[in-house]
Amino acid sequence: MNIDHNILTIITFTPLAGAIVLTLLPDRDKLQQWGALAVTLLTFLFTLHLPFHFDHTAAATAFQFEQNLPWITSPAIRYHVGVDGLSMWFVVLTGLLAPLGVLISWRAIDSRRRLFYVLFLLQQVAMLGIFVSLDLFLYYAFWELSLVPMALLIATFGRTENRRRAAIKFFLYTFIPSAMLLVAMLWLYTRTGTFDYPQLAALAATHGISGNTAALWLASLAFLAAFAVKVPVFPLHGWLADAVSEAPTAAVMVIAGKLGLYSILRFSFGIFPGQSHRIAPLMLALGAIGIVYGALLALVQKDLKRLAAFGTLGHVSVVILGIFAFTVSGIDGGIYQALNEGIGGSALFMLLGLLYERYRTYDMREYGGLAANLPWVVTMFVLTALSVTGLPMLNGFVGEFLVFSGTMQSAIAHHIGWTTLATTGVILTASYMLWMIQKVFYGELGPRSESITAPDLSAREHLALWPLVALFLFMGIASPIFMKAINTAGTRIAETVNHSQGTTVNFEAASSHSDHTDMTTTSSATKGAR
Amino acid sequence: MAPNVLALLPEYILTITGVLVMLADPLFPDEKARKPLGWLAILGTVAAGLASWYQLRFGVLHAFYGTIQVDSFSVFFHLLIAAVALVTLLSSLDYFEGHANVAGEYFALVLFGATGMMLMTCSVELLMVFVGLEISSISTYIMAGFRKGKAPASEASIKYFLLGSFATAFFLYGIALAFGATGSTRIDAIAQGLATTSAPTLAFLSLALIIIGIGFKVSAAPFQVWTPDVYQGAPAPVVGLMSTAPKAAAFAVLLRILFSGFPAYEHRWAALIWIIAALSMFVGNLGALMQRDVKRMLAYSSIAHAGYLLVAYTAFPADGIASACFYTAAYAAMNVGAFTAITIIGGYNERARTIDDYAGLALKRPALAAALGLFLISLIGIPFTGGFFGKFYVFSAALHSGNVWLAVIGLLNSGIACFYYLRLLAALYAKPAQQNEHATYSPVTVPAAIALTFTAVATVLLGIAPNRILGLAQRSASVTTNQSSPLQPSAGTVSSTGTH
Repeated sequence: MNIDHNILTIITFTPLAGAIVLTLLPDRDKLQQWGALAVTLLTFLFTLHLPFHFDHTAAATAFQFEQNLPWITSPAIRYHVGVDGLSMWFVVLTGLLAPLGVLISWRAIDSRRRLFYVLFLLQQVAMLGIFVSLDLFLYYAFWELSLVPMALLIATFGRTENRRRAAIKFFLYTFIPSAMLLVAMLWLYTRTGTFDYPQLAALAATHGISGNTAALWLASLAFLAAFAVKVPVFPLHGWLADAVSEAPTAAVMVIAGKLGLYSILRFSFGIFPGQSHRIAPLMLALGAIGIVYGALLALVQKDLKRLAAFGTLGHVSVVILGIFAFTVSGIDGGIYQALNEGIGGSALFMLLGLLYERYRTYDMREYGGLAANLPWVVTMFVLTALSVTGLPMLNGFVGEFLVFSGTMQSAIAHHIGWTTLATTGVILTASYMLWMIQKVFYGELGPRSESITAPDLSAREHLALWPLVALFLFMGIASPIFMKAINTAGTRIAETVNHSQGTTVNFEAASSHSDHTDMTTTSSATKGAR
Repeated sequence: MAPNVLALLPEYILTITGVLVMLADPLFPDEKARKPLGWLAILGTVAAGLASWYQLRFGVLHAFYGTIQVDSFSVFFHLLIAAVALVTLLSSLDYFEGHANVAGEYFALVLFGATGMMLMTCSVELLMVFVGLEISSISTYIMAGFRKGKAPASEASIKYFLLGSFATAFFLYGIALAFGATGSTRIDAIAQGLATTSAPTLAFLSLALIIIGIGFKVSAAPFQVWTPDVYQGAPAPVVGLMSTAPKAAAFAVLLRILFSGFPAYEHRWAALIWIIAALSMFVGNLGALMQRDVKRMLAYSSIAHAGYLLVAYTAFPADGIASACFYTAAYAAMNVGAFTAITIIGGYNERARTIDDYAGLALKRPALAAALGLFLISLIGIPFTGGFFGKFYVFSAALHSGNVWLAVIGLLNSGIACFYYLRLLAALYAKPAQQNEHATYSPVTVPAAIALTFTAVATVLLGIAPNRILGLAQRSASVTTNQSSPLQPSAGTVSSTGTH
């Protein structure tokens, strides 16, 4: 039997099996840590199967490593998984971050380790499930499931007394828009009789979902809003700072960004191409505002973790700006930047976490002059900062360059103004990152850094950080390796959305409903002929 | 076997076991534990469940001059009621430890109550339904006050009894008016009588009264006022029982009456149900937000869940009935499970009352906390649990029949709801509050563990492998809709409206 048909199932459910094993193991010595590390490493190895066996030559629309089995007969729900150029690297990234998350939590989580690692692995299952699901029901199941372990991680392992409130806030912020997402999904099902994403996307491309433009419009908004909260897009970021500042490092690494961004790219653009195009000017504006707003807020934070949280808001906004430009380079850059955010953000939060482990505070005023004591930490910090600010040769540059050049070429109204505004965000990002480094590592010794002498990076911490730092460089100079798959997806998305726009214009010209149906048939016929 | 015996076999088994338990009870000395009687009752419940299963092979059975009709619809609810009674018995076996002298009649009352509920679901004659309703209600009135000598328990019992009797009177009055309007109290004859009746207003009034009576039993708003007090005062295992099994029976009766008896008036009662459903969801969820007492909170939550369930009634019959049946089962699994956990945690003296009392449970009893957490997650409606699939199915049925707004209201409400469930869930896993740092929890006994495992497995299975129960629910839907309802859109037409 060919492993290609099962590999995604194996990837998704290995952490689940691991979680069950950990539940049965005692919470003694380092047993839980080693167990979790083994499971996550194994999962990562499985995810590496994907890029090595990914067929770049196949038709760009095709999903690979597919598995499609009946699950629930009525309503028609299938267990359908598969990846394409869009989701593949996200799966690998999720696989990579997990063992690093375990390494960085090794000592930070010193009580109730079993609960922590079991929840951590369940979170892993949900995230991998989100990236591989091609059935809307299955996708939604994983999407909602991802909330529970995260909320519990925050509620249980949060830093301050505020943790329960932050957890509930996080949960509610995502859950309520998701309820509307479910309504929209169910509505789609009643229109089309299927939850299958490829079928829905094919129907959408031929305007076959529904003739009711108002309902389609509302459904697309429900989809977009649910995803935008998760990203988060300005002004829906209310949960971010609280959740980030409470959550343990390993959880923060995955809390924002890629899940929501991927979902927009896959489902909003795939099922509602015309509507996405229509809302793009607004989203471009929100993206640009988010970049500047996030960076400005980051500039005035005293708390390092809140600073990084608002920084994250800025970085995900760059992605929003790129993908809603609907040019190939904008979308490619957006996807690339989403990956960068995953790597760079994780590195930053890991570094902050290990500072906290040493000095028990995130208050920037307590720090200062650490560079002499902690040469390795400062090196890593600077590298991360450079990557995040988009220095050439590092990964951030590739993504940002593509995003901004893609946005400049975009056909969406007002793009130049917003792009210009957005590029100032690059400067602001550089300022708060360097400002932070200066405050924490240089200058006079702060109260904490004076009273506590802490060791530099341990071997375990080196192990956790080096893969990310290596990726900064590797993804900066060898971007074509990654871009090959991403570009197939980016091109397809750009085509779908722009193509849908062309036909919609024709539709509006069409006078009666019968014309409408005729044209739907013709356009599907021409597509078939091609 | 004589048809009359075969059709009512589960009820007979339960009644006989109940009588045996009552007879054997005085044989025990006062201070001696009544556990053997509990096991006898459990045996009887299992036998009744098996008997229902056995009835499935006969197709449709009629008995007692056609007043009893055993079909896959009634078997579905028989099995559900038997399962709930079984879990309740298992979880209350040790509940009365140290208060042994009251346990004997308790076990018998559970059995009698279950008999009444089963009778309700297989009757197609309203007077017979009424008899079943009374049997089940009277048993639950008594059980609600079973923590003898405790003021809240007596309050619960009296309140439940007074308001309950009032509601039953409404129900009875509705039956009388239906007879006046259509000349019959048989559900199928009512459907025929409606076509020729000269008093349509009277007929609709009768239906409205019946809905009020049942609305009380299922604690739907605005007939819900008794629920919080009763649930708070009644013993936890009894609340588990009475928040699910009698409700399931009442929902089944309502399904039969609406879809088999009054399909001709669908456009009128659908509006009523719409309002009741929306109101129940809001009253339940907003009310629960304010509660600190866990049982009271779950009382409001059960009002909200009655609202979700009623959404299914506004859908096309084929989808609506199947989804209502499924939701009843899913709700029963998670809610009985939650109350089983509360029973174990609180014990006879109900030590754990407020949310803070549950703080830090996961540290001392990780498995118990995980189980309660699972039930809460299912009550929120997180995927891979029965609660999610039930909600999913109900709202997809509603959307299918164009009820977009009710679906939107319902899902928004489930958003509100997750706030109070989460508060409890977060408390379970949080650090213990000061006062219960040294709290001791009684050990989880084997029967209670079985009950907990059973409900937890059921909750998860209904979420990840619902095909079997779905099939059963869909079969029972077809039974209820095919009989004597001329306006039935078949399942085929419903799904074909989808693609075009």
